[in-house]
Amino acid sequence: MNDVSTLWVYLSASPLTWLTATLIAYLIGHAAFTASGKLPIINSVAIAVALIGGALLITDTPYATYFDGAKFIHFLLGPATVALALPLWFNRAAIRRSLIPMAAALIAGSVTAVVTAISVGLAFGATPETLLALAPKSATAPIAMGVAEGMGGAAALTAVMVILTGVTGAVIATPLLNLIRVKDPKARGFAIGVTSHGIGAARGFQESEQTGAFAGIGMGLNGLATTIIAPLIVAWLL
Amino acid sequence: MILHFAILLSFQLAGEVFSRLAFPSAPGPVIGLALLVFALAIFPKLADELRETVNGFLAHLSLFFIPAGVGIVTQLPQIGADGLAIFAAILISTAAAIAVGALTFAGVSRLIGGGDE
Repeated sequence: MNDVSTLWVYLSASPLTWLTATLIAYLIGHAAFTASGKLPIINSVAIAVALIGGALLITDTPYATYFDGAKFIHFLLGPATVALALPLWFNRAAIRRSLIPMAAALIAGSVTAVVTAISVGLAFGATPETLLALAPKSATAPIAMGVAEGMGGAAALTAVMVILTGVTGAVIATPLLNLIRVKDPKARGFAIGVTSHGIGAARGFQESEQTGAFAGIGMGLNGLATTIIAPLIVAWLL
Repeated sequence: MILHFAILLSFQLAGEVFSRLAFPSAPGPVIGLALLVFALAIFPKLADELRETVNGFLAHLSLFFIPAGVGIVTQLPQIGADGLAIFAAILISTAAAIAVGALTFAGVSRLIGGGDE
């Protein structure tokens, strides 16, 4: 018994445990997604986060201890973002033809995301701290956190809003876009990327390479747009 | 594979340097992405070289968001206090932004005649 608890003290603090747990949780989420016939509602990120978050709460493990192992995976977000250059490059002809629709959709999508997030939050009586975290939630995490902090918001809470927005977009995008009969993968991908950044782009690549490529551009452009638009709308509405 | 990874990391590193020196509001990896697009314009063969590794990498893009996502456990008190507002705001705002963005893109494409080809 004593040996077991000593072993657990060692394992729960070891980066290897949580690195392995992250990969296994993702594989479980991915297997569930595949087994469901690739239903978007079976989102591998949401499943993995629930599994690991539950494990941390049950074992009373601090997030910092978890992240000490998981940071090796977190780090790969950087090179993965750089890698989005390739689908952009292969779709460059379609991108060049779509510059005007992209500019229009960027402004419309970005303004809609910020205005509706703040006004629905206000209507439901959210605290100012939550509202500031909600405002830039459609931008990719590092940008959104910087924008929220610039307005006096909390970076950690903003990161959570960003992730929730990404997962929500990944889950609802396919049925929603089918419902409103937008078939063009360029329009679908771009709107998903503007709204739901990288997690949306991951979903876009499951639809098609072109959807993913346009989601990648939407993510990049809305990152830039949000730095300008979110502070303006916050100053106007709050 | 190692070469490809070294190439991606080199562009990220260059992006971080640019970000520190010139564009502090843009994250290093996003600048690295832009730099790699420029590099591909100059050396198009690089795209074929990187293609397989990058496709394998991007197929599991979701994996890389899990560590940040688990950070939700640190924010449970704040989320609990504003739970309904957060749920409603994110669901409605995400649906509205996707619909408005996609319909705008499709509508403008049709207007200028560059739509579905």
